[in-house]
Amino acid sequence: MSYAATHDHHDDHHGAPKGFFQRWCMSTNHKDIGTLYLVFALTMFFIGGSFAMLIRAELFKPGMQLMQPYFFNQLTTMHALVMIFGAIMPAFVGLGNWMIPLMVGAPDMALPRMNNLSFWILPFAFLLMLSTLFMPGGGPAGGWTLYPPLSLQSDSLAYVVFAVHLMGISSIMGAINIIATILNMRAPGMELLKMPVFVWSWLITAFLLIAVMPVLAGAVTMLLTDKYFGTNFFNPGGGGDPVLYQHIFWFFGHPEVYIMILPAFGIISEIVPTFARKPIFGYKAMVFAIASIAFLSFIVWAHHMFAVGLPLGAEIFFMYATMLIAVPTGVKVFNWVATIWGSSMTFETPMLFAIAFIILFTIGGFSGLMLALVPADFQYHDTYFVVAHFHYVLVTGALFAIIAASYYWLPKWTGNMYSEFWGKVHFWNSVIWVNVLFFPQHFLGLAGMPRRIPDYNVAFANFNMISSIGGFLFGATQLIFIGVLIHCAFFSKKKATDRVWEGARGLEWTVPSPAPHHTFEVPPVIHDDELAHGHVND
Amino acid sequence: MTSGGIRRSFTAAAALALASFGSVVHAAPGPWQLNMQRGESTWSQVPYHLNNISLAVCTVIGILVFGAMFIAMFRFRKSRGAVAEKWSHNTMVEVVWTTIPVVILVVLAYLATGGLTSWADTTGSQMTVKVTGYQWKWRYDYVDYQGKPIDKVGFMSKLDTQSDRTRQLGSGMDPFAVKVGDESTYLLNVDNPLVVPVDTKIRFVITSGDVIHSWWVPATGWKLDAIPGIINAAWANFQTPGTYRGQCAELCGQDHGFMPIVVVVKSKADFAAWLAGQQAKSAAPAAAPAAASSAAAPQTSQAAPVADTAKQG
Repeated sequence: MSYAATHDHHDDHHGAPKGFFQRWCMSTNHKDIGTLYLVFALTMFFIGGSFAMLIRAELFKPGMQLMQPYFFNQLTTMHALVMIFGAIMPAFVGLGNWMIPLMVGAPDMALPRMNNLSFWILPFAFLLMLSTLFMPGGGPAGGWTLYPPLSLQSDSLAYVVFAVHLMGISSIMGAINIIATILNMRAPGMELLKMPVFVWSWLITAFLLIAVMPVLAGAVTMLLTDKYFGTNFFNPGGGGDPVLYQHIFWFFGHPEVYIMILPAFGIISEIVPTFARKPIFGYKAMVFAIASIAFLSFIVWAHHMFAVGLPLGAEIFFMYATMLIAVPTGVKVFNWVATIWGSSMTFETPMLFAIAFIILFTIGGFSGLMLALVPADFQYHDTYFVVAHFHYVLVTGALFAIIAASYYWLPKWTGNMYSEFWGKVHFWNSVIWVNVLFFPQHFLGLAGMPRRIPDYNVAFANFNMISSIGGFLFGATQLIFIGVLIHCAFFSKKKATDRVWEGARGLEWTVPSPAPHHTFEVPPVIHDDELAHGHVND
Repeated sequence: MTSGGIRRSFTAAAALALASFGSVVHAAPGPWQLNMQRGESTWSQVPYHLNNISLAVCTVIGILVFGAMFIAMFRFRKSRGAVAEKWSHNTMVEVVWTTIPVVILVVLAYLATGGLTSWADTTGSQMTVKVTGYQWKWRYDYVDYQGKPIDKVGFMSKLDTQSDRTRQLGSGMDPFAVKVGDESTYLLNVDNPLVVPVDTKIRFVITSGDVIHSWWVPATGWKLDAIPGIINAAWANFQTPGTYRGQCAELCGQDHGFMPIVVVVKSKADFAAWLAGQQAKSAAPAAAPAAASSAAAPQTSQAAPVADTAKQG
């Protein structure tokens, strides 16, 4: 109602520009740019996914079947870089672009032209990076962490460094935009502690991005000067230290991990109350937990480096700090469970993905706790146990949240309902095969299979074959997702209502479906009852 | 593998679960192995027990949390006529579920800290071996034993010929056929294993000649990075003679997957005999003036023992 109350006198006299180039390449509209980000992320998800399919195909059985080891190393490196910087991060930025102005009652992002620039840098950054695969020396093959001295042996280092610089610039501009929007453009009455948890999670994530992307840029620039300009930051022969790079990289890298999961927490905190028809349990605790996790992310980086030979005191400090993260993360999981307790649930596709997120992300959290224990980590480190751990938090965590958010807001974006049947087919296939894919990798790691190897002893054959089968089927299942998206956007006959979901609360559900090109040009009048978290007293 | 195959696989996994989680000791990884190996050194029990304890803690918490979720999903369905309640916080339970994890974490941290402190203490070692990582092989130099320095005993250790031929792209050879005795050693066997005595606290000093590697024999319970310009130290005290296998655990380039580690643990008497033999061999080429210093490494490499990686009692 708040939308209609301020908009019934308003002529919709400027819709989307007509020309394709004008509309998409020159866009300053947060919805169109959000769509661009999401389409880009989906494209990258399939490119990165095809790398993963090749990796699993080579690992299907012992013996080298398909490729030389060096190409295998390029695949693992590119798979990670594409998925992290090309799929997961842009997908969250796209969701933020689309939904943050709608959720806080703002007409657009605070800096719309910069918004355009921060998106359009990305395709060029990835063109630069992916082009190395077709060059004589091949793509980067030293792992996505680009550890020197190994990464300095690569011919494509300069391409990757410049691509990372571009991605970093894009991320920083995106983060500035999100902070400026949330802090300055909220409709009157949308107090900070009434904001959706998703908006909160993005506000905190944006600060993390601004804090750590320059650190990454510095680290890779030092690699560049070490290789091409005769510096010795990481070269022991010149007085440098290879471990210094790891400290700098993980000072970026660990907050980066939370950049990829905090917005997911926000999404789940919106979806679960909607389909549980019950307000989120402990709103303030949820916000505070996100903030604490963000703070802790700055003081745990060396837990990625327990095996480099840190001093005893450092190992103990980073172990304790890492274990502390289990407390706020536990609070979040318990609060989600408390939200569904005593509720009235229905299980549409977004809710199914959200429930799967809570369970499977928690499993990833458990293995994270085990990894935090330094003596045990001496065995787990750099094995498939770690691979299983971070795929549980990134695939069944971050990716499942992105898919859940896509189903949740798709009717608002397109004005049409997606096919619930095919959405559920997508869900059940995803949740089964992703576990067939990643769960056996715990066993492989515990039995002693190192990560990033193209071939393995026959003792690891059985679980690798199971994992590969799960991988192929999980990959194929994602084609269903494409089908559902195309059907919903272009062919679905079922029109979405404005509210879409019975239990949906929040400003984004007060605008028509599909959301018009311009919304909230006049700030909405806010009634606390309409907000998802309007009556917070705890 | 068909779906029937998958089903058979899971049945077999279930049948072997007991054995794998039980007290069976694995010197090398076995098919369907589910849990970490216990290891064969005095310290390797620490990660093994921490792994089992933390896994048990996580399992119990998981059963409670996921159990509550499944009960909720069953009871509080709209289709069963459930009506949503209005409450959205409860200070009491929030304090409880913040405090209990803290207590569990303190216990785990206590156990882990004790284990870590004992790992870091390399004092009182009776032997020192220098381990150097290269792309893509290891070098072992014997530094001292029982307080006496050892001269010129050192050799390169790289992937065995049979594995190396089999692993070539399009070799057409069967990885399952690579065996020593009845043990499948594909990619886990070397030409010259590291030979050490049983029941001796051995200090390993680990470094690298090019990029970062990581020296990992699961039977010791730890891995430690081999980093150029840095010398790391750790120790192991093997309790049983035998052959223990491991691999490089840090991505080090194209043949990262093909630089295994084999440690042969011998009785003290056998080790003393082996060491004397090595010293005698290395004395011979050293006497010849033709042995230029630049060729020292390959020379000693040839002086290394004939491949001897069969299981030793």
